[in-house]
Amino acid sequence: MVTAFFSLVGRDLRLAMRGGIGSLVAVVFFVIAASLFPLGVGPESALLERIAPGVLWVCALLATMLSLDRMFQDDYDDGSLEVIALGPLPLELVVLAKVLAHWLTTGLPLIIAAPVLAVLLNMSTQGFAVLMISLLLGTPILSLIGSVGAALTVGLKRGGVLISLMVLPLYVPVLIFAVGAVEGAIFGLGAEANLLILAGGFLFFLVLTPLASAAALRMALE
Amino acid sequence: MSGGERRFEAVDLSCIRGERPVFSGLSFDLASGDGLLLRGHNGSGKSSLLRILAGFLKPVGGSLGWSDFDRAETPEIHRARTHYVGHMEAIKPALTVEEHLEFWARAKGYKQPAGNILQALDLESLADVPGRFLSAGQKRRLSLTRLLATPATLWLLDEPSVTLDGQSAARLEDMLAAHRATGGMAIVATHTEIALPGAESIDMAEYGIAIETLVRTPQTAVGERDYGEW
Repeated sequence: MVTAFFSLVGRDLRLAMRGGIGSLVAVVFFVIAASLFPLGVGPESALLERIAPGVLWVCALLATMLSLDRMFQDDYDDGSLEVIALGPLPLELVVLAKVLAHWLTTGLPLIIAAPVLAVLLNMSTQGFAVLMISLLLGTPILSLIGSVGAALTVGLKRGGVLISLMVLPLYVPVLIFAVGAVEGAIFGLGAEANLLILAGGFLFFLVLTPLASAAALRMALE
Repeated sequence: MSGGERRFEAVDLSCIRGERPVFSGLSFDLASGDGLLLRGHNGSGKSSLLRILAGFLKPVGGSLGWSDFDRAETPEIHRARTHYVGHMEAIKPALTVEEHLEFWARAKGYKQPAGNILQALDLESLADVPGRFLSAGQKRRLSLTRLLATPATLWLLDEPSVTLDGQSAARLEDMLAAHRATGGMAIVATHTEIALPGAESIDMAEYGIAIETLVRTPQTAVGERDYGEW
């Protein structure tokens, strides 16, 4: 079972590696979208400093969503999902493996790019550490919630738009608490409460979303 | 492969797809070494039956299972004993032939695929070739080689010889014969000729619900059949 789990993660990473620029779409989008803001709202540093945490997090949400539709679609289209479903791994763990691979290829690059963009947006240095922690806790939640949307739309043509409609409203709490944490740190209000809520949310969705996604995949396999 | 006593049986299966009854009252019983050919015209339910047997699709009525295990209680044992090769090849353009076999073995929970299986369907010279350069027939052969990568008692094959040339089809028949000689079971849906010596044959048309009957007397035609909890 452990072999099957990590072979699935490893294969997805290998596929992402060989996918070339296609697998970097999310982080490239993140960088471009965030760097549009200084151009759009002007280079006034006080204004940028004020909106930096929100801009970074909104861009991270949108970037994550860009790559969601591929989470199960390719494996469904070419029949790999049938092969995987007949393995020893329960579908719930298959979902977790796919989510882990998605986070490693999407969430992790975002976290690495974030400090650079924070400097670009003139974000206060007091917020950097909390920004990183909030991304570390928040981006796995985005992948987990996204897996439900991806699994529900797996058989559909043009499911990507539908995923956005389903998943974005569910991302709102993550956005609120993550930005709240960063701003709390910047304005000296403390970030702990917001970060704890994010951590709790991560555990909550870690348990619940694989069940929902696996049920949706089972329907898709019928 | 152990367990000479092991049997796989289906009793009174029926299937409905998209509110259309496909077949009903289908039963069979396989002992180790047995083969079963599913025949029937397009849309007669061969693929649906195989998907039911693989566990992807739930039958509307009837039951199926192993003589030594209840499938409903232990689906993972059924999965471990089953290989399913459907219409889709499950081949990634970016992975090589060898990497596919390695992944398929690990996805089944084995450390690595059985050795020397590439020559079974003549893929030795293609071991390092990525999936995107394989022809349709080569993809099919790679997909069928999955059957040999890890041991499983029950092979479910859906039109396995489509796109295969004559020589490869003969090799597939050899594979099936060797599998059954070591106690395996094979259920093959096909409308071409695949030699499965001594195998029973199911004509799906016998279990189908004829469309004409439905059109003429929909009430009685549907009412006569038992759909279980439907």
